[in-house]
Amino acid sequence: MKQKTIIPVGPYHPLQEEPELFKLFCDGEIVTDIEWETGYNHRGIEKINESKTFEQVFFVVERICGICSTSHPFAFANAMEEIAQVKVPDRAKYIRTIIAELERIHSHLLWVGLAGHFIGYNTVFMWAWKYREPILDLFEIITGNRNSYAMFKIGGVRRDIDEKDYSKILKILDGVKPKAEMLMKAVIDDPVIHMRTKGIGILTKQDILDYCAVGPTARASGVDVDIRRDDPYAAYPLVNWKVIVTQEGDVFAKAVVRFLEIFESISIIEQCVEKLRKDPPGQIDVKVKNIPEGNGAGRAEAPRGEVFHYVITDGSNSPVRHKIRAPSYVNVATFKKSCVGQTISDATLALAAVDPCYCCTERMAHVYDSRTRQRVLDGRGLIQLSQQRTQTLKKNLFGKNT
Amino acid sequence: MGIKSYCFKKSLWLYHFAGASCNNCDIEVLDCLTPRYDVERFGMLLIGSVRHADVLLVAGSINKKCKSRLLEVYHQAPKPLVVVAIGACGITGGVFAEGNTFAGPVDKIIPVDVYIPGCPPKPEAILAGIVNFLNKS
Amino acid sequence: MDTQEFIDFMKFKFKHNVQRAFLRYRNRVLIDIEKDALLKVATFLYKELNFRFIIATGLDNVKAFEITYHFSNDKTGLLANIRVSIPKKKPEVESLTPLFVAADWIEREIHELLGINFLNHPNMRSLLSGDNWGAGEYPYRKPVSE
Repeated sequence: MKQKTIIPVGPYHPLQEEPELFKLFCDGEIVTDIEWETGYNHRGIEKINESKTFEQVFFVVERICGICSTSHPFAFANAMEEIAQVKVPDRAKYIRTIIAELERIHSHLLWVGLAGHFIGYNTVFMWAWKYREPILDLFEIITGNRNSYAMFKIGGVRRDIDEKDYSKILKILDGVKPKAEMLMKAVIDDPVIHMRTKGIGILTKQDILDYCAVGPTARASGVDVDIRRDDPYAAYPLVNWKVIVTQEGDVFAKAVVRFLEIFESISIIEQCVEKLRKDPPGQIDVKVKNIPEGNGAGRAEAPRGEVFHYVITDGSNSPVRHKIRAPSYVNVATFKKSCVGQTISDATLALAAVDPCYCCTERMAHVYDSRTRQRVLDGRGLIQLSQQRTQTLKKNLFGKNT
Repeated sequence: MGIKSYCFKKSLWLYHFAGASCNNCDIEVLDCLTPRYDVERFGMLLIGSVRHADVLLVAGSINKKCKSRLLEVYHQAPKPLVVVAIGACGITGGVFAEGNTFAGPVDKIIPVDVYIPGCPPKPEAILAGIVNFLNKS
Repeated sequence: MDTQEFIDFMKFKFKHNVQRAFLRYRNRVLIDIEKDALLKVATFLYKELNFRFIIATGLDNVKAFEITYHFSNDKTGLLANIRVSIPKKKPEVESLTPLFVAADWIEREIHELLGINFLNHPNMRSLLSGDNWGAGEYPYRKPVSE
């Protein structure tokens, strides 16, 4: 007998306005439709910012998302500098770029770990998070905090990178590089991971254009969009790097894009440190006296895609309107395409592939029977389902339980 | 030895609830599990259902929509239960206390045993907070 | 197409529908258009010029509501801000969701926070509040001083 099941996944999801409750409508094991409800994490940040001064807004936008806590201030600084027509000193540009790229490395490693956890490779989870720790140490050396760095201000950065820290940065990056390579090989050459991720959650080029998705989600489907190159800001036009694009659009392609971006980021940071080393310590900010009336848009490429800030000012010292768009706002909507037609165990992975921060699937996912409304599976159960599937695949592949 | 200290003598199971948070505290809680801090060596385990939990970790400010969920989770949990409010937002609401959807800090909604300040608190601070509580009770 | 060419082209193409066009900074354009021409302009930008829709900003500027639609041309880095003004007496505007799915959430959000109705939107449920707060009140509207 056919039984239709509704699976709520959520409701907590810790980005700006998009913590959502996903309802997966399932026919047997196949997801047939998806519906969402958001607002569990709505904090009214745009409204709060209207009562803050521009200097204070930086500390609020930093706390939109803990993982992207550079990207939001970066985009806001870009917007404000556009309004005030400020030229940022080169040294500040390099420091900004270093912080943003370090953030990309730690965020991608974090995603790799969680994706590994979802498919039952807890070793990958533990490894990736272990190799992420030195990056957080680096943040602590440079900025004084592991997260929420408070580095940005209008017209520059708040602190300089000390000369004796250059070698520390390079040393830690040298340590991260072979580990990331090893991790990449372990993931990319593994036949079980191939079976779990290839052909799963495919987003075609047309889907990406319909949903206007950005970041690694778009780049894995052959849509070549990267704000760092398309609308250059900070030091990105001053260093050599390339945009990683793959064509397949499945979970595996997204993993490959993120892995290769880690190496690009390492290369960008190394070049920036070299440039800093050549220049003697100098000016890291310009004084901005007042912000004229006007409007400005700032964009920055966060680890998950384009962050967009639009600020309207009226000549006073706080914004009239401050619109924020985080990348997941558009990327998350693509679940409607990537999940439908998948099995439930693959849907978890397709959800995770967009990198919507892990909490959504980890905490409050429950499976309800549509007639009795009784809980059949909880969040852990969903992940277990996914992990069991990997075990079965392994057995079939290697003939024994490894 | 009271019932409470008897219950919390051995391996604690943690349930993690994030309200309207910025994710930083959540990541730091998860960091506690990974090799550098590794709380699992003390038998602590992060679990998916609050019905098996000894400790409820609440991070982030609570908004009007997730307030009812927090109450639901609290009532489902077996007692005695240690409730830990993590981070500035869990304790006071932090920068989000002025928001139009803010429903109150955690201790206005459910009783809180341990407060761990910081934005976000470091993993060491989270561990130290729980250990201090256990030593006291 | 560079920024000035784009402005001239839009003026030529939509003539009287374009009320004002500003070149702001190197590759930012702000174009005021008539409310009724919104769908036409958006279709042209999205379908013909292959611009990417970023987001829309709703604002209550006391006299009227205004919505700024942000489009990005990723080949040149051009950011086109298309602004429409909506009278307070009849807050209605054509929905862009039938054109591209990406407008779905933001239109629901603006509907909820500012109380603007989007015509022909397939699913105008509230996005954020559920039933928990804000029924009948719009937090992003400015208080009327009279």
